[in-house]
Formats: sequence, C-alpha cells, structure tokens
Amino acid sequence: MLPSSPPLLAFCALSFERNDRLLFERVEGAVHGGDILQVVGANGAGKTTLLRILATLLTPTQGELRWCGGLLPRARASYLAELAFLGHVPGLKPGLSPRENLRWLAGLFAQRDAIEEALAAVGLAKWFDTPCAQLSAGMQRRVALARLALTRARLWILDEPLTAIDRAGVAVVEQLFRSHLQSGGAIIFSSHQAVDLPGVKYLALTES
Amino acid sequence: MRSPNPEPEALPSLATGFAALLRRDLLLAWRRRGEAANPLWFFAMITALVPLAVGPEPALLARLAPGMVWILALLGTMLAADSLFREDYVDGALEQLVLSPQPLWVLVLARVTAHWLVTGVPITLASPLLAGWLALPAGGVPMLVAGLALGTLTFCLFAAVGGALTVALGAGNVLRPLLVLPLYVPVLIFGTAAVARALEGGDGSAPLALLGAITAVTLAIAPVAAAAALRVGIDG
Repeated sequence: MLPSSPPLLAFCALSFERNDRLLFERVEGAVHGGDILQVVGANGAGKTTLLRILATLLTPTQGELRWCGGLLPRARASYLAELAFLGHVPGLKPGLSPRENLRWLAGLFAQRDAIEEALAAVGLAKWFDTPCAQLSAGMQRRVALARLALTRARLWILDEPLTAIDRAGVAVVEQLFRSHLQSGGAIIFSSHQAVDLPGVKYLALTES
Repeated sequence: MRSPNPEPEALPSLATGFAALLRRDLLLAWRRRGEAANPLWFFAMITALVPLAVGPEPALLARLAPGMVWILALLGTMLAADSLFREDYVDGALEQLVLSPQPLWVLVLARVTAHWLVTGVPITLASPLLAGWLALPAGGVPMLVAGLALGTLTFCLFAAVGGALTVALGAGNVLRPLLVLPLYVPVLIFGTAAVARALEGGDGSAPLALLGAITAVTLAIAPVAAAAALRVGIDG
C-alpha cells in the first residue's frame, strides 16, 4: 500500500443528535486496507448508530465520510459495491433455510458461488436446509457470518458480530477476519469482547 | 506490494438481482401459502355474503356486482400490503436491500411483482367465478378480468409507496390506508366504468385504456418513489 493512497474509509467530525439529545460529537477515524477497528463503548453510547452512519444507512447531523477519497454520499455507488454490512439483526428471512438465504443475497451482492462450503466453514454443515426460524440465535448469526466468507467486499462493517456466538464460533470468526485482513480488506466492528488478532485499533465512544 | 483492487468487481446484473428477490418472495409465499391465500379467502367469503345480505334478486345483484368485486379486490390487496416492507424492516433484510449495489427501485419492483403474483393474480383469476355468484351477466366478465389485472397491479404499486412511507411506523398503522386510498379512486372509477359500459352493450375499451394509462404511469413512478421513501424510512 502506498503511503500516499487515501484510506478506504475516512470519517471526520461526525456528530449525531436525535430528539435534542447529542449522542456523540466529533468522532473521527480512518481505515486502510489491512486495518481492523473495534468500536467500544457502554450500552447506549451510540455504537450501532455510528456503524449505521458509516454504512450510509443514517445521515449524521454533522461531519463527512470519504470512500477512497471520494465524498459520500456522492461516491455511494462505488462504496456499496465494496461494502458488506451486518446489522444487529442478521437480515435473514426466518422462513428460508441458510442455503436459500445466502442464495438471495448472492443475487444482490458480488459473491463467490460457494454457499455450502461457506456454511460448512462456520459449522452449519448439517443445517443447510433447516428454516432459519428453527435455528438458535447463535446459529443464525453464523449464517450471517458465512456471507462474509463469500463476499468480495473490501470493507466489512459489522455490528456485534460475536453476539450469541460460542467460543468455537469466535475462533471461526477470527479466522475469517484474519484472511480478510491479509487479502487487503478492512474491518470496522463493534463488540464488548476482545478478539485475538494483532493490530486491533480501538475507537471509544463516550457519552458527551 | 499488492495492487489496490486485484480483480474487477463482478456485480450481479439487474436481472439477477430482480430474479433473486422475486424467487425469494415467491418461495416465502409458498412456505406460508395458508397466509398468502388470505386475501383470496376474504374476497370469496364477502362475495358469498353479499346475496345473503342484500337479497337474491339477480337484477339487483347484477347492478351491484362490478362495484362489489372491485371494492373487494381493492380491500383484498390492501389487506396483504402491510407486510410489503414491514417484515423486511423488522428482520433486517431491508438494510441489505438498501445497501445492495443494485438500484433500489429494481428491487422494489421485484417485491411488488411477487406481491401482485401472490395476491392480485389469484383475485383476478377468481373474479369470473365470484362475479357469477353475484349474477353478473357474462358480457361484463372480459372487461372485469382485464380491468382487475391492470387494477390489482396498480393497487400493489400504490401499496408499495404507502408501505415504504410508513415502514418505520409499526404494524397496523392507519396512516398507510389513508395515504393510498385517494390514489385508488381513479382506478376504481375507470375499472367499474369499463364493466358498466360493456353491460350496457357499449364499448368498455375507453375506460380500460385510461386505466391502462394509469397503470403505465404508476409503473414508471411508483418504484422510484417507494425506493426514495425506503431510504428515508430506514434513516428514521
């Protein structure tokens, strides 16, 4: 990576106010390829809000976002082509099986066509065709994480990816993170748990 | 040193995105076919009750039939429209639709097409039978079916705009029907007029053509409007 190249995602002076309550102000940061940024903060500090702003789902009260140097939302099209977002609800249809869920998502995003392999990698080999409604919260979370193994997105924004995941699952997620970072991708995620990866940077949200 | 972007992005085409979502929604409807058949049941049950309530004279029923069938088709499609974006909003799938590199209006169109295939098309296909229960003379049936095919599609498109505008407001909100009902009125007027003209022995194709024009304009505008409303709704 050239030192002069702009960060994948840079955000500066982000403030967010809702119902006359200032949730946070002047939050800033940047991720380059290979960077991993963990957003930490107490419950209600605005972690989910910040991640939704970074994913362009919410408009900040103040501040700006840049994708590869281009100002968002103008650069939105190229941004969305390289973004994988996992919200705090996993975005799966409860009536569909893990395989069917990953298939409809594959029609919307650039994905590798290795759904069964990805599901097996997160330990769901026996559950390809069980409706997601019958899977536990942790297993549903794993289905959503399996998508990350398929996506070609360079930036992952993940809201509490480790919620409801057991210890073996956390190791699987760390492995996913590691290979994404090694291939030049970047990760921004929120969690109360520490992940066992070198070079994690932290962004602490404190109530203002 | 790694090149910043090792391979060009292979984004799925518009048709792939449309087909993936259409397939998803039809599969979900099939999994819940009991629930998906509700609008049709509603349509059939009320139609069966009308002769009991107003009396079985064929002349009176035939007079009421076009309007009754149209109003029931309207209510039937509206009844099911609550889930149009609401479920996707609750389970987080809507975030994925909004963040997809596909244009959102294409995905809205896929969602509406699925909804129309599941609610509007069965109602249209069942309408000759139900019009028969209401003693509608056979001469009015072709105009009724043609009108309902266009009309139910238009209803679904309007419902998408209403559903998108009120997506964050919670289920069973009264604002949505209030928003879309005025839009339904011209469709209802031209749809029933086409049948009435045919029954009088005239040519119903003029009102039908106007109805078709409404459908065409709505088809062009509604998906874009609904997409814009969804982006605002998810910002809430």
